This record gives sequence, structure tokens and C-alpha cells, in this order.
Amino acid sequence: MSQIQRKAVALVSGGLDSMLAVRVIQEQGIHVEGINFYTGFCVEGHTHAIRKKDQGKDKRNNALWVAEQLGIKLHIIDIVEEYKDVLLNPRHGYGANMNPCLDCKIFMVHKALEWADKNGFDFIITGEVVGQRPMSQRKDTMPVVARESGAMDRLLRPLCAKNLPATLPEREGWVDREKLHDFSGRSRKPQMALAAQFGFSDYATPAGGCCFLTDEAYSRKLVDLWQARGKREYEMDDIMLLKVGRHIRPAPHYKLIVGREEGENNFLEGYRKIYIHLRPISHTGPLVLLDGEASEEDIVLAARITARYSKGHTAEQVTVQVTGLDGVSRELVVAPLSPDELKPEWHL
Amino acid sequence: MAHYQLDARRLLCPMPVIRAQNRVAELLPGDVLEVTCTDPGALNDIPAWCRINGHTVLATRRDGNEVIIDIEVGDGT
Ligand code: SF4
Repeated sequence: MSQIQRKAVALVSGGLDSMLAVRVIQEQGIHVEGINFYTGFCVEGHTHAIRKKDQGKDKRNNALWVAEQLGIKLHIIDIVEEYKDVLLNPRHGYGANMNPCLDCKIFMVHKALEWADKNGFDFIITGEVVGQRPMSQRKDTMPVVARESGAMDRLLRPLCAKNLPATLPEREGWVDREKLHDFSGRSRKPQMALAAQFGFSDYATPAGGCCFLTDEAYSRKLVDLWQARGKREYEMDDIMLLKVGRHIRPAPHYKLIVGREEGENNFLEGYRKIYIHLRPISHTGPLVLLDGEASEEDIVLAARITARYSKGHTAEQVTVQVTGLDGVSRELVVAPLSPDELKPEWHL
Repeated sequence: MAHYQLDARRLLCPMPVIRAQNRVAELLPGDVLEVTCTDPGALNDIPAWCRINGHTVLATRRDGNEVIIDIEVGDGT
């Protein structure tokens, strides 16, 4: 009688750890498919596509690349809407920045569990390592992920399984616990060694760099957005715009998003219809979006700031075109703001 | 063997791949899905996604700022 082919679904981030975890389990004859979640805050793709100087760079999606190296299918799931609740109301709080890592992991494992049940998969694997991350990968929080996601003992972490109680796949003999690993702590050496053993090279630089929420500057801009609006909420456009341009808030009720180069200006162009926007016309310079409510006085200041970032920043006067939400444009002739008038605290 | 179109313009990666993936899931083997994107990253991502998941890219072309990718739906193996 042939044995049942057991199946595992792996959380594939595009980093080395999940790549290793998959290979370890594949080597035990398990059929593995990958699942990758798109929260809207993933660094993947976006900024590369926006900035002109990055456009020549290889824009591979690391999760897809990893899946191809491993020879597994990859299912990319859009969780942008559902993720809002995770980010806005994390039961376990935030990490060093606005990253709700523990709740995020619980949510992702829970979604993977739903997917596994729907598609007839037996268990879930992740590339987590005990002690690797301060929040979600501690010895005391790893059981929390298993429990609160509902995955319980169907969640297997192949890279550190030997440091944790045996899970269902181990107890049932679907996988041999002896062939799993006992990595722990922040050292990357065991991962590097295993990667070399599997012949993996050219993998993405591991850990941390794949999510904007772990980025301090990004988190600051996100908090500023909530403060300015008086409520904690966001739309996809907000998340995207926080990744682009210089953000300057001269007053609580409005901020400016100043394109830093051609690629960003082109990207901001796409938002012209929903924001008041400014652009120097006597000199070359950035496209500037105005987010918020602005009086005539504010618009003049915005025009002077726009002029400050144009090629005419040392000129006496710069002509700036201002276009309102009604699509009607007018021209303002202004003196560029001098460096000492542009207050450092306006920069977000 | 039907021909379908998907407008993924102005979406940034990985959204075009996700849209293509979700649409392909509703189609039958042999159907062709023509995806139009403005993020050139889709030229890498959609073919990679197809190779992994057993679909075939019949053609890719550029039209000004747009990239157009024809996907033939595979049988899921
Ligand atoms: S870094 Fe971002 S994606 Fe990763 S667990 Fe933390 S919040 Fe989630």
C-alpha cells in the first residue's frame, strides 16, 4: 500500500530562512507549496519601480525567485484590507517601530491554516528561529503564535524544531525530528552553513529589510498621518505615498509631498487629480502634492517651498503653477523660501 | 479556448501578479489571459509566477508605457 503524500504549506517571505525551512522539509519527501502575504507595507518591488535611479536594477520579486529555486508553487495573497486591523489594533503591541510583528505572525499563520484546510494540506512550516527576533521569535512567544493562530501543533519550524516540543508531523512520523535543526539566537552562521550545504547562493539579504513598518522614518510618517487626521486609519494610497518623496509639514492641518527625482515626480503625477498640487514653471523642479486643507496663506508658503526645491532656489522669483482639486490652475510668482526659513522640525 | 483581458495598469508589483493569479484561477486550461501593466517589474514577476505555477507566457510586448503579457492557462500541474 502506498503511503499518503503529506503536504505542507510554507510561509515564504523571500528571505533565506523560509527558503531553508522549505528545503529541509522537501528533503523528507513532503510536498511543499509556498504562500506569501502582501500587506501593502512590503518593500518588495514598489520603491524600485518608483525611483528612476533604481529602474535599471534587477526587480525580481524575492518570494517568486525563492519559489522557483525550490521548485514549489507560490500563492501570493493580498491581505491589505484585513491587515489594517492587525496594524491598528495589535493585541501584543508594537516592536521598536510601528511593526506589530507578533500579531502579524499570528495573523499570517492563521491565514495559512485557513488556506491549508481549504486545499487539503496537513501542516504549516515557517523559517522562524528561536531567539532570532526580539518580538515574534522568542522562546516564550513562539507558542503564542501556534496557539493564537489556531495552528497548534500543526505549525512546524524546521530550523529550530529540536528546541521546541514535538509537533504533529513529528509525532506522526511524517517528518523525522532527527533531521530537523536546533538553531537559536541571532547568529546567522548556521543558516549560512546550511545554505552552502544546499548549494544556495545569491539569496536576498536576510531578516528585517522586507517590511516598511520596521523602518523608523516610515513609522514616524505613519504616526504623523494619524495625528494630523485625528484618527488612526489608512488607505492603500496613503501607504504608497509615505514611501515616496520628502514629507514636509509646515502646519498641523497640511503637509507637502515633494518629489525628489524624476521617477518620484512621475509617480506623484498619478495622484494629481486627488490632491492640490504645485509645480514650478519658470524653472525645472519637483511636483509637490498638498495633503490636507490649506488657506491662501498656506498655499503661498507651499509655493515658496516648491520654489525652494526647484532649480530656481537662488533666484529672486520663481513662478509656480498651483492646481486645485477642481483642476483649475493659476500661477503664483513667489520668492523661494530661504534655508533658515525652512524649519527642520517641518521635515517628517 | 477563450481569450480574456485584465487591466493591471497603475498597479505596482506585486499587485499585477496577484490580480493575474486570481483571474487565472477562474479560467480553464488553454484559455488565454492578456494582462496590461504599467509597472515594468511585471515583466519579471508574471513570467516567474507562470513558470512556477505551470502556466505559459505566449508573448510579451511593450506599447509605450504599457507592457502586455499573454498567459496561456496550464492544467495546474
Ligand atoms: S517585519 Fe513586518 S511583515 Fe514581518 S512580522 Fe513584522 S510586521 Fe509582519
